[in-house]
Amino acid sequence: MKAAVTTSPSVGPPLWLLLELTYRCPLQCVFCYNPIDFAKVEDELTTGEWLRVLREARALGSVQLGLSGGEPLVRDDVEQIAAEAHRLGYYTNLITSGVGLSRERLSELKRVGLDHIQLSFQDSTREMNDFLSHTRTFELKKRCAEWIKSHGYPMVVNCVIHRLNIDHLDTIIDMAVQMGADYLELANTQYYSWAHLNREHLLPSREQLQRAERTMLEWRERMKGKMRILFVVPDYYEQRPKRCVNGWGTTLATIAPDGTALPCHTARMLPGLSFPNVRTKGMREIWFQSEAFNKFRGFGWMKEPCASCEEREKDLGGCRCQAYLLAHDPAVADPVCSKSPHHQVVLAALDRAQQPQVPEAPLIFRRRENSSRLA
Amino acid sequence: MTQADRPSMRPGFRLQWEEVQKAYVLLYPEGMVKLNTSAAEILRRCDGERSVDEIVADLESAFNRKGLQGDIEQFLQLARAQGWLSAAVS
Repeated sequence: MKAAVTTSPSVGPPLWLLLELTYRCPLQCVFCYNPIDFAKVEDELTTGEWLRVLREARALGSVQLGLSGGEPLVRDDVEQIAAEAHRLGYYTNLITSGVGLSRERLSELKRVGLDHIQLSFQDSTREMNDFLSHTRTFELKKRCAEWIKSHGYPMVVNCVIHRLNIDHLDTIIDMAVQMGADYLELANTQYYSWAHLNREHLLPSREQLQRAERTMLEWRERMKGKMRILFVVPDYYEQRPKRCVNGWGTTLATIAPDGTALPCHTARMLPGLSFPNVRTKGMREIWFQSEAFNKFRGFGWMKEPCASCEEREKDLGGCRCQAYLLAHDPAVADPVCSKSPHHQVVLAALDRAQQPQVPEAPLIFRRRENSSRLA
Repeated sequence: MTQADRPSMRPGFRLQWEEVQKAYVLLYPEGMVKLNTSAAEILRRCDGERSVDEIVADLESAFNRKGLQGDIEQFLQLARAQGWLSAAVS
């Protein structure tokens, strides 16, 4: 059977498994990375199908598990899924806006072995949080933070940063401190999906970014040993691309709500790839043998300047989705790279971000009607 | 950290053997570190019950070697700086 082996033995296990349990979400965040056409997906996997995915991936070596969405708590089987995950030996992270959480659900999640909860905020004030998510959720989130803490979980707070809230960074960090956060993730928006649609509104100016970094560094010094602060700069302001998802098909497997298996959570937008589905294929076959997971493994797919670049092993040519969104070809260098022949596109977007004017086109909220209209 | 401290893993951190990787890994919120054998053997003993002195004695006896104290204390310091271990409780 040697001839049937189609992948190099160097392909490691999908250590990281991300289950996007649903695209349904009560929030309508303008920077959401879910597909713009999410409204087309209605046929979510059943509880039994999710449990089978968990078992198959665990046998392959998956160990870090993300339960995400959409808002995963929209489903009433998160407790069942978390229980099976714990039994199988996963370290389970629930990534939630807090909407749908109650003291009772939290106690049950704790009891069945959920390891960690990451709670997202949109801003430090009720007005901005509720505006950016287009919901009245701020007070609820603060209550959730108290419950999470009182259940003995490490408190991990995530706030997505962009042009409209970056100037409030000081009060955002202060809020996290007041909540007793152990970790604060301040991740600048990266420009995919809804964030890409709304980019002109969301990309901060260089001055905003530098000011924010100074604020963050002061807090990091002040909170040393008490709270860790992670700060992620927008790719557009970097000179070299990120090693996206640690390399295509090397570490991460994302399963979309309808069972589509993806090498990263935004890969669904890439044209010319047929992604396998867990309803018809096993995880082993998907990970090792599917065309989609093999497509950008290694270096064979690279074009110049990546193919002969001395840094290719470091960044693997950057992000395939960004290459597609900005240069219309998923196999070219990520245009964020200053060596990319398409880098001008990024520079032009940055130029516009230094202007003070508000864009003419309105912000587009991530809601079902907009998704159906734009699909 | 003093020799009487009883180090324990920080809440949310879990040490576990992974058969596929043939290694111990340390799991924590959204992260994972693959440990070499000596790191894993030390961390396994950080249960909040044993003092640093007891951990040293235990490892010296288990591996039939003397003079491990310096290396072990150095690693515990690193583990604390990484935030893997709880604040000192003696």
